[in-house]
Amino acid sequence: MIKTGAEILCECLVKEGVEVIFGFPGGVLLPLYDTLPKYPQLRHILVRHEQGAAHAADGYARVTGKVGVCLATSGPGATNLVTGIATAHLDSVPMLAITGQVPTFFIGKDAFQEVDITGITVPITKYNHLVLDTAELATAVREALYIAQAGRPGPVLLDIPRDILQGRTEFIFPDKVDLPGYKPRLYGHPAQIKKAAELINSAERPVIIAGRGVNISKAFSELKELAEKSQIPVVTTFLGIGCFPESHVLSYGWLGMHGMGYANKAVYNSDLVIAIGMRFDDRATGVVSSFAPNARIIHIDIDPAEIGKNLTVDVPIVGDIKNILQVMNKQIVKRDHIAWLTQLDELRSIHPALEVRDHEGLLPQYVIKQIHEVTGGDAIIVTDVGQHQMWAGQYFFYDKPNSLVSSGGLGTMGFGLPASMGAKVGAPDETVWCICGDGGFQMTVQELATMAQEDLDINIAIFNNGWLGMVRQWQELIYEKRYFGTKLYNPDFVKIAEAYGIKGRRVTRKIDVRPAIEESMAHRGPFVIEFLVEPEENVYPFVPPGKTLVEFLEMPRPTVNLKK
Amino acid sequence: MIRKHILVALVEDRPGVLNRIASTLRRRNFNIESIAVGHIEIPNLSRMTIVVEADDNKVEQVRKQLDRLIEVIRISDITNDNPVAREMAMIKVKATPSTRGEIIQVVDIFRANIVDVSADSLIIVVTGDEEKVDTLIELLRGFGIREMSRTGTIALPRGGAGPLTIEENKPLRHVVEHVAPEEENLPNW
Repeated sequence: MIKTGAEILCECLVKEGVEVIFGFPGGVLLPLYDTLPKYPQLRHILVRHEQGAAHAADGYARVTGKVGVCLATSGPGATNLVTGIATAHLDSVPMLAITGQVPTFFIGKDAFQEVDITGITVPITKYNHLVLDTAELATAVREALYIAQAGRPGPVLLDIPRDILQGRTEFIFPDKVDLPGYKPRLYGHPAQIKKAAELINSAERPVIIAGRGVNISKAFSELKELAEKSQIPVVTTFLGIGCFPESHVLSYGWLGMHGMGYANKAVYNSDLVIAIGMRFDDRATGVVSSFAPNARIIHIDIDPAEIGKNLTVDVPIVGDIKNILQVMNKQIVKRDHIAWLTQLDELRSIHPALEVRDHEGLLPQYVIKQIHEVTGGDAIIVTDVGQHQMWAGQYFFYDKPNSLVSSGGLGTMGFGLPASMGAKVGAPDETVWCICGDGGFQMTVQELATMAQEDLDINIAIFNNGWLGMVRQWQELIYEKRYFGTKLYNPDFVKIAEAYGIKGRRVTRKIDVRPAIEESMAHRGPFVIEFLVEPEENVYPFVPPGKTLVEFLEMPRPTVNLKK
Repeated sequence: MIRKHILVALVEDRPGVLNRIASTLRRRNFNIESIAVGHIEIPNLSRMTIVVEADDNKVEQVRKQLDRLIEVIRISDITNDNPVAREMAMIKVKATPSTRGEIIQVVDIFRANIVDVSADSLIIVVTGDEEKVDTLIELLRGFGIREMSRTGTIALPRGGAGPLTIEENKPLRHVVEHVAPEEENLPNW
């Protein structure tokens, strides 16, 4: 059947199970926007800025595990996607970014709204492709969607010129595509698995560090089996949060710069690190040369280029985590590690990182805990980047996979609000809380309009401390309180919400926190709560840059344990 | 150990591939000593020979990152395989009636060829390993080099099948079949 390029694109997306496109139109995309109404299966959500489209597609992908799709026009539309694509790249999120391009006969001539977006995105995409023939469009879309989610997922960009969208050709859906250069290794080498199992069986102080790879591979029950069978404590990375239930007796929180003190100490004191689907990011390891100094390291990852990148490992296993753990678990013997677990439990009681100190004023940690209590932990938490992000990681308990959506690798301020739209669209039955700071919220505040237009039931908590809090904290602790460029003059956030037709509340006192959270949850549609929190609260524990994982600073004030 | 490495890669013959490879090397702060690209016996494929000088571990790391590129089908570091490595140079040298004879002698010793003769210059073509080419250039420098151009190294491992050999009965394919999307449920702990 003869179809236009735009129709072929839509047909392929539908066949691949794409349900939603976050997009923003423009000149060269008009043929596509003229076609989209014929495909009601593809829900188009009009964002207010293309960065919002990319982050929304990202949030959607993290919650569903499916490829998130965003769409932008040529030139500025395409460049506005860049931050969102880089965010997805650093966190291995499957994403398809479709950009319009000027017609092929204009390419390279500095035409109106022309930019070399495939050139720009080379270092931040897993793959990108400029489609130069309508006849190859269907194959290009299939390849793009396959590459985005196969192996280690990542963003793929397809750049489609206007005349390719308008061109007509016989449409045959390519059931098979051939990618000789991309064969992700799915099964671990049996000899390596055997070596790893032997190390695990003979370790006295083993620790598992589980990263986002476990979420991606959906190896939740395999990880649980490994931990329980051999009684190995599980520490996650920040992005690995939720891949192992935090209420589990073997869960020892997450490690890193703001990770729990006992998680960091568990890793530091271990004699075997079983790193699963994580990449030894500098925020997770502290000074890498003294990361787990007495431990052998097993590194399981699907990407061979991650092996040995940041530190030398003893037993690398390349492959899909689920497959590897299924084979490995059979070779694991039952252990109890009582001495080691007792030692860790003592550490946990000496370093009670999850307490909220007794305080008159409104503490951000208190607010997170209240959100946790009201939701019963049954919510998807989407954060922006900064202090509130760390508190959201620390004071909320994550028992469900993919229940924390956060920009870990790139640390993109402005991520939270649009990503929460994607999360809600991807998981409409879940309660979604977007937790933002007053700084990051304003970076993508325009997406409130999208939420209002789509009537997305999202609870938005703005932690207003009047500062760019994390930078201020560093200025306080490392630059001797020389505050500069961090004090914010803020608008009235409740009025901002109201201007978008969104209900808002301001909370200044502790006693009003819970009612406001409950009101927001009861309300259908978006709801903004501005919490005027303690302005100079710091995130602890804090591993200062250049220090090892165990040289963390803890909150220098008396604490009251609310956790127990 | 920092030393010269010869990386050879089979890549798809498509626009942008060289850019991706160069971009990956640039990101890891490699200075490319030479890069040579040409078609091979299989249609739509090219072979690249990349020479970099760097630490062994760093090269292995970047090799894996290059292997990750979709268009890179295979890539191998053949430095330790005792490869036959050659390059070609064209050198235009000043030549007067009094020096021409001497230049021809040097060219003969190096088994190089003179491919163009004019009243005041010669174009010499030399093929060999890097050292030989360097030495000839050094010797010709005394006569006055007007222009020169070098191809960069190309290399093949000695003996039978090399790391990039494609066996005839095993075509390079990785077929991805379409799988209809299905709903997946996450565990409820």
